[in-house]
Amino acid sequence: MANKGWDEFEIGAMLRTFEGKIDDIAGTLQENRAYSQNSSFVASVADWRIIKPVFNKDFCIDCQFCWVYCPDISIISRDKKMIGIDMDHCKGCGICVEVCPTNPKSLMMFPEKADEETELAAWPAKNEEKK
Amino acid sequence: MSENKNIKNLKEFSTSADRFEGANLLCPGCAHSIIVREVLNATNDDLILSASTGCLEVCTAVYPYTSWDASWIHIGFENGSTAVAGAESMYKALKTKGRLKQPDRNPKFVSFAGDGASYDIGFQWISGCMERGHNIMHVVLDNEVYANTGGQRSSSTPIGSSATTSPEGRRSYGEKKNKKDMVSIMASHNIPYSAQVAPNKWKDMVKKIQHGFSVDGPVFINAVSPCTTEWKFDPKDTMHLADLATDSLVFPLYEIIDGHELNITYRPKTVVPVEEYLAAQGRFKHLFKDEYKHLIKEWQERVDAKWAQLNRREEARV
Repeated sequence: MANKGWDEFEIGAMLRTFEGKIDDIAGTLQENRAYSQNSSFVASVADWRIIKPVFNKDFCIDCQFCWVYCPDISIISRDKKMIGIDMDHCKGCGICVEVCPTNPKSLMMFPEKADEETELAAWPAKNEEKK
Repeated sequence: MSENKNIKNLKEFSTSADRFEGANLLCPGCAHSIIVREVLNATNDDLILSASTGCLEVCTAVYPYTSWDASWIHIGFENGSTAVAGAESMYKALKTKGRLKQPDRNPKFVSFAGDGASYDIGFQWISGCMERGHNIMHVVLDNEVYANTGGQRSSSTPIGSSATTSPEGRRSYGEKKNKKDMVSIMASHNIPYSAQVAPNKWKDMVKKIQHGFSVDGPVFINAVSPCTTEWKFDPKDTMHLADLATDSLVFPLYEIIDGHELNITYRPKTVVPVEEYLAAQGRFKHLFKDEYKHLIKEWQERVDAKWAQLNRREEARV
């Protein structure tokens, strides 16, 4: 299927998201699903980004605002804890940083080239004026 | 599985397994996928979905990829709602005949459409679905413009907005006609539930969606979807714009039960002036010129009048 061009395809297409049968999608987390080659989960939009979010878990209070407002399903939350960012699907919009309520923010945007370790080490301190 | 999913707080909500995938081609910061996620995560039941032509459809079904983890169909611009209504009719028929292979499952039927596919092009099809009483939910992702084709006006575009077919200039302040009141039009079909929602008020949204799933009959949901490309604001400000829209009462959040019982579900603690909502968007930039300043005042009066009317309707239960 992957070798066919768009002009060779029959009118009306059916794409299967999963390999084989899956009974309870709503109860199966993403890492346990057998995605097929046709699910956009296997694709990447990482090259869209010019800025990237960096997550500092020291300040995170697991409020999950970033999870619910992420348009690209790129905030990974497991067992009510925010555990990381899915860098294959993040487009770098910055909504997660805007909605983050902690002081200092536990998510911040940096240029795509920036080194995560360096930025984490130089994380800004608490801003007293900001209420 | 037919019981409503128990969602008390955001932490509980965040244990949902998403059925909408990333690497779709929606713009960074698009509110469409936030709304879709909140709708799909509101239930654990099987979903039968459709999308009418629009941003959501073209960006989530780019051959050879699909971003949907549920049965999903796209046919044309106008008939997403009828496609789902057809599936629902077949489901009902098979159920009556006892020919369902898994009769204990309780699928939900949802059709997504943009404002162009609901307010203009798909209008009579949706109206037909509402009239026939299918057990479906129609969700409008209302970004007030045909964003997919380059920002032409739709009948959801509000006064003063600059769209590519009604641009602002020396002689024009942009769109001259006011927005259709689609929620009231749909409620006038005497459907069991119609509501206006916003992605920033996720709890209100989930509550309304779950109410919509639990009633028997057609449900109409109008969701405000700030469009970073056509409303012209920075992608990171999507939720800020949604906040401004609900807090300035430009998009009041309310529900209409059985076509007459109106409830306002969100009253902002401090009402933001409409001017702030307009100033945050590039499409209203020209309204701040001296010659068009009177339009801002008219905007405020219109929004206040609508809010007063909603309050009166809530009180009078009509």
